[in-house]
Amino acid sequence: MAVLVVADHDNASLKDNTHKTVTAALALSNDVDILVAGSGAKGVADAAAKIAGVRKVLLAESDSLGQGLAEAVEALIVPLMANYDAVLTPATSQGKNFSPRIAAKLDVAQISEIVEVIDASTFVRPIYAGNALETVKSSDGKKVITVRATAFKAAGEGGSAAVDSIDAGPGAGKTTFVSQQLVKSARPELTAAKIVVSGGRAMGSAEEFQRVIDPLADKLGAAVGASRAAVDAGYAPNDYQVGQTGKVVAPELYVAIGISGAIQHLAGMKDSKIIVAINKDGDAPIFQVADYGLVADYKSAVPELMDALTAAGV
Amino acid sequence: MKVLVPVKRVIDYNVKARVKADQSGIDLANVKMSMNPFCEIAVEEAVRQKEKGAATEVVAVSIGPAQAQETLRTALAMGADRAILIQTDADPEPLAVAKLLQAVIAQENPDVVIMGKQAIDGDNNATGQMLSALLGWPQATFANAIELSAGKASVCRDVDGGIQNVDVALPAIITADLRLNEPRYASLPNIMKAKKKPLDITEAASLGVDLAPRLSVVKVTEPPKRGGGIKVETAADLVNKLKTEAGVL
Repeated sequence: MAVLVVADHDNASLKDNTHKTVTAALALSNDVDILVAGSGAKGVADAAAKIAGVRKVLLAESDSLGQGLAEAVEALIVPLMANYDAVLTPATSQGKNFSPRIAAKLDVAQISEIVEVIDASTFVRPIYAGNALETVKSSDGKKVITVRATAFKAAGEGGSAAVDSIDAGPGAGKTTFVSQQLVKSARPELTAAKIVVSGGRAMGSAEEFQRVIDPLADKLGAAVGASRAAVDAGYAPNDYQVGQTGKVVAPELYVAIGISGAIQHLAGMKDSKIIVAINKDGDAPIFQVADYGLVADYKSAVPELMDALTAAGV
Repeated sequence: MKVLVPVKRVIDYNVKARVKADQSGIDLANVKMSMNPFCEIAVEEAVRQKEKGAATEVVAVSIGPAQAQETLRTALAMGADRAILIQTDADPEPLAVAKLLQAVIAQENPDVVIMGKQAIDGDNNATGQMLSALLGWPQATFANAIELSAGKASVCRDVDGGIQNVDVALPAIITADLRLNEPRYASLPNIMKAKKKPLDITEAASLGVDLAPRLSVVKVTEPPKRGGGIKVETAADLVNKLKTEAGVL
């Protein structure tokens, strides 16, 4: 069987989610190709060609692909599926946008956000906000799959696949791109960061959130996250949200400050390697998943933590 | 402008899902069920569009068991004008739901469909996109703001790292994200009024859609539990542990 992986990128650089999705694809087949759909994305395709284990890279370029319009990406991929038995896409907002369309056009189920490949038609995926893991077996001839990238190790470098340019397909039709505003940040991207520092409703205001969380994140070289409660209260922007309804992260170190640990938040961070919780309520559920808990008011604990980090040479 | 709002009856947002002992699924016996939170946001949006004059009629539709009538009554109490239940005791997958909705749309001819981006039981995040692909209507997913005008919808979408603005020609499918609005609580008079609003019931089997599942559930298990951690006394202890014991600094 042959498997197509749809690359995650921003036209300028290839994202690590792609490497992780390749690992999932290689569990299905040794014949793994990568599709780079974008515009001005030759550099992305060249980077994808270096991923170990990749057979070849397909590069399709047009304005609507560069804008990531779901209709255009679907119209490109559906005819390509004549040559593939499965298509795997990282479950980013972009992947979630177009992948189900491919499934509908092929008249197959989508297998959403897999975290494990059992065999070529059996997969494990979280349901009910990660409160349960469902093992499903697909009876469809072709598999359309989105991949929770944090559950897979990144495939290494060292490949030298050929890059083939292909036709970009018919475009987006009745959807028009108007504009896009992406937050420019010197900090690492939330889902790819090795360390994440998150704040909760205890911060009390957006100013306090920035005053407390941002310097600690910068000291640790960490991305900033937030609980849904903090986002709903307007203390942090929506794309900071970690949880069932936000981003799923699995960093080496997750530091939860003033976060009680609602089920919905735990669903987004419980696969982190080490979890640290700072909360003045010693009975907060966050302590049940934390490797290291500090029962203290963040107002005193965070400055002390900053000092201790400095003293430790961090 | 007519707005169709699909809604799903799911386990209540505040209830912890428990895996059945025989690993066949989630135990839903005697569990509180409610409208899927993202569907609630979609209903609220449709009603607000009507209140500000952009929409003229809001039709709620649910696919599910007889009890989904309660979910539809909630939508009616929030301000939907009428409701349709496509009744089935099967638990159709997103593809089958999209096909059933396609059949409803062929009868109802709405100008726009506003629906939740995801149901909190299956967490598939697929039905809206599938419906859009089946109909050949444009889609705008993960909406945080919607402006309806003649022949088009301007939608601000939540995307990784920021926002994206798109215009879609109507008819179109729009899926609601969390920030779109904060749904209202239905008032008692509106709950009483909702009891008198029309609610039609159609058997799913009569729509000629293949509901057979494509995925068979091998088992449903609890996720691995994290081992209990320790409490540290001071920030300095914490840094020391992170450095020497955990090795993450």
